[in-house]
Amino acid sequence: MAEMNMLHAINSALRIAMEKDSTMTVFGEDVGHFGGVFRATSGLQDTFGRARCFNTPLTEQGIAGFANGLASNGMTVVAEIQFADYIFPAFDQIVNESAKFRYRSGNEFNVGGLTFRTPYGGGIAGGHYHSQSPEAYFTGTPGLKVVVPRNAYQAKGLLLASIRDPNPVVFFEPKRLYRASVGEVPEGDYEIELGKAEVLQQGKDITLLGWGAQMEILEKAAEMAAAEGISCEVIDLRTLSPWDVDTVAESVKKTGRLLINHEAPLTGGFAGEIAATIQEECFLYLESPIARVCGLDTPYPLIHEKEYMPDALKTFEAIKACVAF
Amino acid sequence: MSNATTNSETVHRVAFLDRESLAIPVLKILQADGTTFEQAVLPQIDEALANRIHDACVFTRVLDERMLGAQRQGRISFYMTCTGEEAAIVGSVAALDDNDIILAQYREHAALRYRGFSTEQFMNQMFSNEKDLGKGRQMPIHYGCAALNYQTISSPLGTQIPQATGVGYSLKLKGQRNVAVCYFGEGAASEGDFHAGLNMAAVLKSPVIFFCRNNGYAISTPTEEQFAGNGIASRGVGYGMHTIRVDGNDMLAVLAATQQARAYAVENNAPVLIEAMTYRLGAHSSSDDPSGYRSKEEEAKWREHDPVKRFKLWLINKGWMTEAEDVALYEKYREEVLAAVKVAEKVPAPLLEEIIEDVYDKPTPLLQKQLDALKEHVKKYPQSYPKTSGRL
Repeated sequence: MAEMNMLHAINSALRIAMEKDSTMTVFGEDVGHFGGVFRATSGLQDTFGRARCFNTPLTEQGIAGFANGLASNGMTVVAEIQFADYIFPAFDQIVNESAKFRYRSGNEFNVGGLTFRTPYGGGIAGGHYHSQSPEAYFTGTPGLKVVVPRNAYQAKGLLLASIRDPNPVVFFEPKRLYRASVGEVPEGDYEIELGKAEVLQQGKDITLLGWGAQMEILEKAAEMAAAEGISCEVIDLRTLSPWDVDTVAESVKKTGRLLINHEAPLTGGFAGEIAATIQEECFLYLESPIARVCGLDTPYPLIHEKEYMPDALKTFEAIKACVAF
Repeated sequence: MSNATTNSETVHRVAFLDRESLAIPVLKILQADGTTFEQAVLPQIDEALANRIHDACVFTRVLDERMLGAQRQGRISFYMTCTGEEAAIVGSVAALDDNDIILAQYREHAALRYRGFSTEQFMNQMFSNEKDLGKGRQMPIHYGCAALNYQTISSPLGTQIPQATGVGYSLKLKGQRNVAVCYFGEGAASEGDFHAGLNMAAVLKSPVIFFCRNNGYAISTPTEEQFAGNGIASRGVGYGMHTIRVDGNDMLAVLAATQQARAYAVENNAPVLIEAMTYRLGAHSSSDDPSGYRSKEEEAKWREHDPVKRFKLWLINKGWMTEAEDVALYEKYREEVLAAVKVAEKVPAPLLEEIIEDVYDKPTPLLQKQLDALKEHVKKYPQSYPKTSGRL
């Protein structure tokens, strides 16, 4: 084990995957010699050469299409989109091509070896083009897996699993934790199974569900609630598509209450999908309406970022309201 | 015959073209010592215009120096400089009519200054205070001003390029004798939007000046990893567009090229591409350290081509300015910028209500409900939301 921040953990995962799979390439804007604007790909070009780790021209549409082409011919591909806010020029290639390659061709062709990595989320004073959480646009697309790690350990294990998963994966990295999240991470190879949620904390009064950078918000809110005698069960979804309905439903059947937290706007956010499903699965067990603590239905603002964020205080208030319902 | 590409001569043995097949000259007028080339045809310029150009350059250089310092001190969160590219930006904007509509990328604040954006307005935007025209929604340097025909900057690269084609076409439909002017870097020219925008402008005959600042780097990526063709100018020709390449550090060359480009665009309702060969002397942004990808020697070499200094020497040679006046101008702006910082950082943030404004023309019932809940929450925990709680 070693102390690593999330960027080191991601770098370590990429390095291990490239060592073990000679068909793997890593590319994107500034990822070559510079190592990416956040340095996630530092040193990979030095080790594996410019043919396997390289800068692309500045075109997200081109990066995604090129990645599809490589993967469709059997290569393992990790393509970086510099910020998730800039994934939209690549949207057509990802949602219409990556996601449907296998289905539309009767599996004559597929792009299973493809992973898109991209930093997402706010809390870094980035204004609305460096802060968005666009995961729900992708969870609405059959054929893609969507993964969001919450710390360094997860980032490495989930990224290795994503790279080796035989389906295209969009891997959202919580950029505000890149350097802030430091923890014990095995130096060797390991994977964390996709599609499985993790119960971080057992509780009996309410289930708190989230992913990525919001997990520390939920843990903090759970602490505040505990001080008032409320026992929270805290679950990290980790994979949003396909998501682990069983773990969440089992927890809600026990606690009788569910609160979902995400940074993306409330309307059309992934919390809505979870709430509908859990309502079906757990209708007779629910003791209060399922609560959503999310971003506002506005673009992500700069100066009002603190007000916009679904923070621990707002979550704490919502927990109390659920329990008192 | 409908295929316009068939007007070629025929040959009878295989002969490919490559990047060198298209020889593209570089327009240069001003020499390093401030004199002009002997054969050079000068742009239309008088003392007043020359001084207005110089003034915008000096202001911008001072602003860059001071605001980078302010970012280092944590007073603003982010900054991007124009340093090294002043001639490309001011030389081009100075050739325009004030009613020509500018769609910039993010490094063209010198053009906004030239148009008359005040020091106070720059500061209000960078400090995201309640006087910011953009209402504190975007990061520092994302300026915009309808009164000055300068559309607000959007971070995603290249999106303004096809938009400029639409703006130009609207000017044509309205019968205005004006153009849209679209700035972008050679990196942004790799985006799909670049192809879409230029192709549509050429086919639909939209009066747009596409102005590429070819400054050598897109963050850390040098031009040789950005494109393999003959720069960006070759593409203008490929799209069937009037095209010119200029020395982007030569104020007079940029001014001359843009004056003629504008006249052509207005007269013919057609686009023009200008590729200005320049160099980004500063970092990509305050979040970046260029020592990780380029040498000090390379930067030093380009400092010898400093566009502001070269133009200043020309002004002095013309007898339109003295060295002492130049020094005094820098001093004046240093004081002005510092004073403006002190004022702007004390102006309060926009009111909490602003958070739901401008999502639509008026807030929807759901947004209003979200604001009401947020206000109650902020009132309950005022110390946790200090920017807005004091003025609920």
